[in-house]
Amino acid sequence: MTSGDRTHVVDLASTPLRQLNSALHRLRPDTNQTLWRIANPRGSHSVAVGVDAPITIEIDGHVGYYCAGMNKNATVVVNGNAGVGVAENIMSGTVHVKGDASQSAGATGCGGTLVIDGNASARCGISMKGVDIVVKGNVGHMSAFMAQAGTLAVLGDAGESLGDSIYEARLYVRGAVQGLGADCIEKPMTDHHKAKLARKLAAAGLAGAIDVSQFRRYGSARRLYHFHVDNVY
Amino acid sequence: MCGIVGLFLKDPKLEPELGRLMTAMLGVLCDRGPDSAGFAVFGPGAAGMVKLTLRGAENTDFPAVVQKLSQALGVEIATQGRHTHGILTLPADREADLRMALRTLAPDLTVVGAGQRMELYKEVGRPDLVASRFGLDRMSGTHGIGHTRMATESAVTTDGAHPFSTGLDQCLVHNGSLSNHNAVRRNLLREGLEFATDNDSEVAAGYLTARMHKGASLRQALTDALSDLDGFYTFVVGTESGFGVLRDPIACKPAVMAETERYVAFGSEYRALVDLPDIDNARIWEPEPATIYFWERPN
Repeated sequence: MTSGDRTHVVDLASTPLRQLNSALHRLRPDTNQTLWRIANPRGSHSVAVGVDAPITIEIDGHVGYYCAGMNKNATVVVNGNAGVGVAENIMSGTVHVKGDASQSAGATGCGGTLVIDGNASARCGISMKGVDIVVKGNVGHMSAFMAQAGTLAVLGDAGESLGDSIYEARLYVRGAVQGLGADCIEKPMTDHHKAKLARKLAAAGLAGAIDVSQFRRYGSARRLYHFHVDNVY
Repeated sequence: MCGIVGLFLKDPKLEPELGRLMTAMLGVLCDRGPDSAGFAVFGPGAAGMVKLTLRGAENTDFPAVVQKLSQALGVEIATQGRHTHGILTLPADREADLRMALRTLAPDLTVVGAGQRMELYKEVGRPDLVASRFGLDRMSGTHGIGHTRMATESAVTTDGAHPFSTGLDQCLVHNGSLSNHNAVRRNLLREGLEFATDNDSEVAAGYLTARMHKGASLRQALTDALSDLDGFYTFVVGTESGFGVLRDPIACKPAVMAETERYVAFGSEYRALVDLPDIDNARIWEPEPATIYFWERPN
């Protein structure tokens, strides 16, 4: 681990991952070690998980599972692809994947922003609880499954069963939707929603870059909220 | 859990490196499957000849066994022993005779694979140690597949380890668990197939074998598998001419692929691919669910 006043460089080819994560966990909110660069992640799991400090972490390379999981306050940038469950249960801050993300990106995320420049595969935003997710490419099947709150904005296409069993999250898709899941319906895209989407895209670094009128909005029909005797087998 | 890998070389200059590259890929995935491991390598072969991979006890004297078989059949049989496995090479038209002779002269030996070029090794134990016992790092070939097993569906035995042979020069590794394998097995038993284990992956291999015996191509057999096999699976299959990948429609099990001008590689996780040549410039992607991917060598 080498450091200047503010920048720490950690080479995971020579530094154990646990040592890196422990160092990140020790940072206080007023730390002056605000920029961390991680080299050679080589697909390791759990890189920069559980960080709770207003710092920026740049990871140069592809990461494995659960990168930046439970992130709070930090900005984590992955200059590569991310494996399963990137930014799972993110609380706040920003996670930015410059490549593709595997399954369950942003799973159960409670807050903050997850930006994926490439595609996200299946179950993106599964059980999301407040996170804002912007995917510049496509999302796979069962995305926003059981989504409870937050926003999923997809600039490309969405796979089968989008928003299956959704609660109150808002889904915006610019491209084609292969199919909607149970209780997920298309809803009117009003000026109110366009303004909201524009704010979310701006937070993801896309201010003014995207025409929000090209999106369609999807959400819950709220038919699964209550017991219906007709549904008893 | 389980880990699977596949490596298909486009550049013949890499062929002497196949085993070394696969050793690294399997070693990384030890933690996905520490129970047992196996791999199939498509190495050199000659037209009109067949290679049989036999498995025996640790102290099996393969040269002595082969001498007996050779005398009984009146044919020259080349042999190479590797740990508990022996590769026997003989004229392809004598394969049936050899299998018959094995039953009486060496009933303790099991044929685990056969083909013009395929050699198939598997054993209980930590994958990196298994690879080392068989000397995988010194093997060469055009392509190969491998597996590290964390047993869920049947006992930790060598028979339950992967790959499973699906016919001449054909084999399969599986990550996942099939939920209708007992029903499929019963149907296949009625069609005359035999199974050595209670393992679900062996049923998948048997299913593909049966489909292809009825005239289906491997691609067609894999397409049929999408409707007939229920459960979770990522399959990597090896054939004489190439290798293929299929994930179930839910894509429950992880998969990453990398392609450069020199090779196509599959790994359960990206970690398995990090030591491949020029991986930083490879095209890396996650294979789509319910989609058949196949690469073949040019004739």
